Amino acid sequence: MSKAFRFWGLVPAWALMILTLIVPILIVAGVSVAERGAYGGFNWAFDLSSYRQILYTVGWTDELEFDPKYVLIIGRTLLFAGGATLISLLLALPVAYYISQQSSRLKTILLYLVTLPFWVSMIVRVYAWLIILGNDGLLERIYRIFGGADISGFLFTPGAMITGMVYSYIPLMILPVYASVEKIDPALIEASHDLYGGRWTALKRVILPLAAPGLTAGSILVFVPCLGTVLEPMLLGGGKQLMMGTLIQTQFGGARNWPFGAAIAMVLLILVVLTLLLNARRAGRQMEATL
Amino acid sequence: MSRSSAIEVVNVSKNFGDYTALDHVDFKIFQNEFFTLLGPSGCGKTTLLRMIAGFETPSSGTLLLNGQEIAQMPAHKRRVNTVFQNYALFPHMTLSQNIAFGLKNLGWDKARITARVGQMLEMVHMEQFAQRKPDQLSGGQRQRIALARALAAEPEVLLLDEPLSALDLKLRQAMRDELRALQRDTGITFVFVTHDQEEALDMSDRIAVMGKGRVQQIGSPKEIYEDPTNRFVADFIGDTNFLEGEVILLDGAKATIRTALGAEITTTHQGLTGPGPATMSIRPEKIGVGDQAEGVVLTGTVRARNYMGGFTHYTVQIGEQTLRLSRRNAHSHQDSLEIGAAVQVGFRESDARVLGQ
Repeated sequence: MSKAFRFWGLVPAWALMILTLIVPILIVAGVSVAERGAYGGFNWAFDLSSYRQILYTVGWTDELEFDPKYVLIIGRTLLFAGGATLISLLLALPVAYYISQQSSRLKTILLYLVTLPFWVSMIVRVYAWLIILGNDGLLERIYRIFGGADISGFLFTPGAMITGMVYSYIPLMILPVYASVEKIDPALIEASHDLYGGRWTALKRVILPLAAPGLTAGSILVFVPCLGTVLEPMLLGGGKQLMMGTLIQTQFGGARNWPFGAAIAMVLLILVVLTLLLNARRAGRQMEATL
Repeated sequence: MSRSSAIEVVNVSKNFGDYTALDHVDFKIFQNEFFTLLGPSGCGKTTLLRMIAGFETPSSGTLLLNGQEIAQMPAHKRRVNTVFQNYALFPHMTLSQNIAFGLKNLGWDKARITARVGQMLEMVHMEQFAQRKPDQLSGGQRQRIALARALAAEPEVLLLDEPLSALDLKLRQAMRDELRALQRDTGITFVFVTHDQEEALDMSDRIAVMGKGRVQQIGSPKEIYEDPTNRFVADFIGDTNFLEGEVILLDGAKATIRTALGAEITTTHQGLTGPGPATMSIRPEKIGVGDQAEGVVLTGTVRARNYMGGFTHYTVQIGEQTLRLSRRNAHSHQDSLEIGAAVQVGFRESDARVLGQ
């Protein structure tokens, strides 16, 4: 392969990356340090006040006062996304293991079923949860059938949001976990029983370590979109519990504060990049450890 | 033999749906013996081994380990360890961690584990590899670590599931000797599963020949080879000539059989109850040719010759019957028999066996 071909052959890939990834990020970064326009939009003037706004409010006499409002939102985002990831992980492991134990025909069918929700629009699926969790919804009715008191209020709670997030992203956990669990030689589990290990030992010392690559990949695939998710906090959280995704959306929408929205978006981007870097470092250390 | 038994298999059957893997199997394995389950694939030997390990439960019957009933005991509670067919070493652990795995689960303290792991690595001559991972080892080395891991907790019985089948020929021979020596040194009862009769004859104190879910015969390698109790065993172990015939006289342990060879042969029989159709078996190496023909001597024609190096196999036709025989090539320029040549062949009556149908 000639040098020229190697260069020109990669041009489409580079063009795509630059146009759809680098340029938009640069634009957002640019807007985040621009000045807020009087009627929405922004003016090209260097201004860091959007970033300052994340931490401080400007008081009556122009003094800066620490305001944890947005820090709380960032913290809540990390907490809810982390919680949703953890719950997905706990639910996905037994599901993936169960699928891996089935006949190859059944495996194909079950994996197909796992991906089936992706065939329906995300908005429709999240709306479905409104019907399940809502006032006089499915969950409340079932609760009453089993003699529960007349209660309501599943909807518009952090629980509802996290339920929705787990539901939306769990296939992204199940698939990579399945891929790594499926490769575990059943003889290894027998060997762990043979060597005086009970079920818990087999899980902790054989299955989990060998499934680790899938668990990590799945956790990233769930955690990262959960950080920026908009639908679940808006529809299932009722907008009461702001998360970063919703905050960004309101800044570009109703609040007409583009630079501040862009600044929050940059913070989100940095959080995602940090997550990926941490994982890359961990994976790198594991590689070293095995060498 | 009044030795105490390590394992008693008591009338065990195992069905998988309609398929009967084990059919009323009943025998004992003695303390400190090298016991081999030998049979073709699908004979039930692996099912039986997995049952002793605790990975299968009998459909009926029971198992005793040193007198204690274990049929329903979970695998991790049995003082039995296994060397798996493909070793099943934990790929994410070092060799030391692999060997320590069982000891940790038994709750040994750290110092004792470290000492024992060192001792086991030394036993299999792998001290310098302690910190390696299994995928950095050759097949023979993995085999040694699998042995060290399985023996570390001094099990009452060691189970070996075709452990040599993944090795190449030269290594297999060396490992046979190592395994045999290891068994003698440790004094642990070994239960070895194989489909390779040569391996079984070479290593075992006693062999159980299994076929069609049943134990066909149990005995020392020599008993199994020289005195097979039925046609299945005679056929599966070694090479033999079967001659269909008619028993005309039965006198205690001796039977007189008439076959297509013409001559009447009187020899030991197995499992006959009266005169009638039966099979005579004579091993190729027990038939002499030319000036080595003795006993019952017959005249025939050489039909085929296969030079094997140490031996030459001949097929000789006698009347309607053919006999395969092997002649040792005792000298480098020994004359071989020409195809079509008329030769005398003979065997001692006492080397033939008469088997029931």
